[in-house]
Amino acid sequence: MAADPLSRVFAALADPTRRDLVARLAVRDATVNELAAPYDVSVQAVSKHLKVLEDAGLVSRSRDAQRRPCHLEAEVFDLMTRWIERYRREAEERFQRLDAVLVRMTDEEPEATGPQDETGAAAS
Amino acid sequence: MSAATQQGHRNQTQIVADPAMPTITITREFDAPVAKVFRAFAEPHLLAQWLGPRGTTMQIDHYDFRTGGAWSYRAQDGDADVSFYGSFHEVRPEERIVQTFTFSGYPDGVSLEMMTFEDLGDGRTRLTGLSVVESLESRDMIIASGMEGGVVEGYERLDEVLERIS
Repeated sequence: MAADPLSRVFAALADPTRRDLVARLAVRDATVNELAAPYDVSVQAVSKHLKVLEDAGLVSRSRDAQRRPCHLEAEVFDLMTRWIERYRREAEERFQRLDAVLVRMTDEEPEATGPQDETGAAAS
Repeated sequence: MSAATQQGHRNQTQIVADPAMPTITITREFDAPVAKVFRAFAEPHLLAQWLGPRGTTMQIDHYDFRTGGAWSYRAQDGDADVSFYGSFHEVRPEERIVQTFTFSGYPDGVSLEMMTFEDLGDGRTRLTGLSVVESLESRDMIIASGMEGGVVEGYERLDEVLERIS
């Protein structure tokens, strides 16, 4: 696994089981046993996933309490989803400009594959 | 204009950053036939109208759109001038563009971009862009570079947050 914090968070969130753990911890704090209950895997396996989330700074565990419930560090999670969403949105804005160019091309050169069809598509 | 907006809502951009490989996959569908979408990449005067970031002017200095060709362009934002260059490894009309991409401010970095054009029928096209860079770290920096204030501030913010919670 890559060593820098950003890559750690990306890698941690890339696994479907860990994403599911994050989703459940977003509702409320939970112990390892509680988190493991719905899965067909050992508590040990869930512990390993939690360790990855913990190393990435996404999950913290209280040191003193007996139950040691896991807590989602929502701030880090939000930061990552904002980064990806921001990147996605920039691509989307670029493609919306391309959409507009494609519509203008239809208006300028309706002969490409048939004027009726293309004019209809642009107006819909 | 409204048609373009509606299309934008219907054809949402999908992004996948593979956890194990330094890649970014961007998928988007268009309400236009594949020949037309391809032309918007092939002709520099069309490309310049949509490629650059919002609020910038695209200046395409060189665009030799063919297998073995090369390209370079600048995005101008007032006095600021950000330039990029690369080579066309393969141009296969209405099917595929394979090119390299380098930001001139960081010449050691290069991404390999594979763009696939897929005819969906009914005058619709799916565009899939696969970018490959040299490391997971570079890939994640590219994604984080979309953050306001740039990648360095983005990292600083993450550091701050991680410090606060540890």
